[in-house]
Formats: sequence, structure tokens, C-alpha cells
Amino acid sequence: MASDAKTATSLWSGGGSPYAIGSKKFGMWLFIVSDMLTFTALLVAYTYLRMSTATWPTPFAFSPSIIFSTVMTLVLLSSSLTMVMAVHSMSHGDRGKTVKWILATMVFGSAFVILHMMEWMHLIRDEKVTPFSNPWGEPLFGATFFGITGLHMTHVTIGVIYLGIIAAGVGRGKFTYEDVEVSGLYWHFVDLVWMFVFPLIYLMSVKM
Amino acid sequence: MSAHGHTEQHAPEGATTKLFLMVWIGLLALTLIEVLLAYLQTPLLIMLVVLIGLSTIKAAMIIAYFMHMKFEKFSLAVTLFPMTVFCILMMFVVVPDAMRSLSMRP
Repeated sequence: MASDAKTATSLWSGGGSPYAIGSKKFGMWLFIVSDMLTFTALLVAYTYLRMSTATWPTPFAFSPSIIFSTVMTLVLLSSSLTMVMAVHSMSHGDRGKTVKWILATMVFGSAFVILHMMEWMHLIRDEKVTPFSNPWGEPLFGATFFGITGLHMTHVTIGVIYLGIIAAGVGRGKFTYEDVEVSGLYWHFVDLVWMFVFPLIYLMSVKM
Repeated sequence: MSAHGHTEQHAPEGATTKLFLMVWIGLLALTLIEVLLAYLQTPLLIMLVVLIGLSTIKAAMIIAYFMHMKFEKFSLAVTLFPMTVFCILMMFVVVPDAMRSLSMRP
């Protein structure tokens, strides 16, 4: 029958690749979607607390805290540009350039982590903020701040290590375009999450 | 078809360095607008709505261009995003209650 013949040759009848992407890339997309929901749950819980608490601490002075975190945002955005250039170079088969762009991404990623640690140290040492208490009341401020930014920083740190492994492999002639693209997907996702963490955590708590 | 699919060794058509630079500049500009809103000390609720709106646009730009979703088959986006957006919206259902509980505080 005609309908049977159509089913047998359909992309969705098995044995093919209906999305026209590899399984590694599809697997990374599924991971990203699940991680997206994890961060959303944390950020929604944070937003609820922030909006329902009139006495929520606003410790971030525009200068230097907001300027500092804006620089961190620009560093992470720039790391996404260098990563996309790495994927672009790999698509042209230029492994040397790919390694250089990935190393640039790692430098930006490491700079972000170092800047973030400086911010944490300032809050812990100078402002006496812990996950359980702070000088401004509302103990949940520390728990949410360190919880969300800490989970994000962990993602960035894992990303830098992941990119290091990919760069080393690409330099030695291992790994394909798909491997570099998949690592790029992870890195851009880390950048994407910060696009929500930065405004909700920092910009919503500017010192008046 | 090979195990890795036919996209393995090729950049998506239309994905150029100039395009990526334009997207990066757009992301920087939107970030600076967000910072400007904080500098102007916009009221909290307006701030929340505008920030989430601008951040969603930035996220869409990153997914579409940097993560190449614009250049993938439409079926991939249809598989991944409607249910993700639905789940995210369902989580946001509780947020308006925050305004109610704010007014109930002694």
C-alpha cells in the first residue's frame, strides 16, 4: 500500500537521523534543557523571596559592586564570542586556530571565576555574609546568593576543564567538528544562565 | 547517513563572523540597558518585568545564533522548546503570589 511505503521511507520510521544532528549533540541539548529547568526552579524560588520580602537586603552599591559584576558579564559574553569563533574555525578544518580560540575562551572563563571569587571574598570577609546569616537580617539572602551563584560558578569551572580537554584533543588531531560544537553548546548555555542570574541577583538588589 | 549526521564538518550556511559580531554587540547593548535601569533605580516590579523580558531576548539570541538553533531543522526546536517553555511558565505561576504575601506581612 502507498501509505505503508511512505511510512517505511519516513525519517521517523527508525534507522535515520530525523533532526540531522549527531547523537552527542542531541544528548547535550537534552542535558541543557534539564539544567535549564534546574536553574529556573532556583531563580523562580529566589524571585519569589525577593518580591515577597520588603526587607530583602540590597547590599550591591552601583560602584563598585554593579560595575564589577557588569565587567564579569562582559567577560562571559566575550567568552561566548571566542567560543563561537572556535566552532567556526573547526568547521573550516583549521585546528590551530580552533585551539587558540578555545584557549581564549578558557582565559575569559578563568577570569570570570577569579572575579567571582573576589566578589565572594569581599562579601564573606568584609560584609560578614555566610549562607546562614548576614548583617542585614533576612538569613535566606546568603543561602540564595551563594547557592545560585555557586552552582553557576561550578558550571563555569567544569566548562573550563571540559574546554581544556577538547583543546588538548583537537591540538593532537583527535575530536571532530561535532565534539567542538557540543562543547560550545555547553559553554553558551553557561553564558545564557548568567544572563538571568546577573539581573535577578545583582541588578534587583542595588543599594538605594 | 554517517553516525554523526551530515552536519559534521560544515559550518551552518549563513553563520558568518560578521553575524556573530553583530549578535555579540546586540548582547552587550542589551546588558548595558539593564545596568542603566538599575542605575536609574526603576521601581521593583517594573524592573523585574523589564529585566526578565530583556534577558529572555538575550537568551533567544544566544540560542538562535551562538548555539546555531536558527540553522538546525525546525523539528529539533519543536521537540525541545515548547515543553521547556511550558514547564518554565508553570513554575512562574507562583510568582504573583509573592506580591500578595508582601501585602500580608505585619
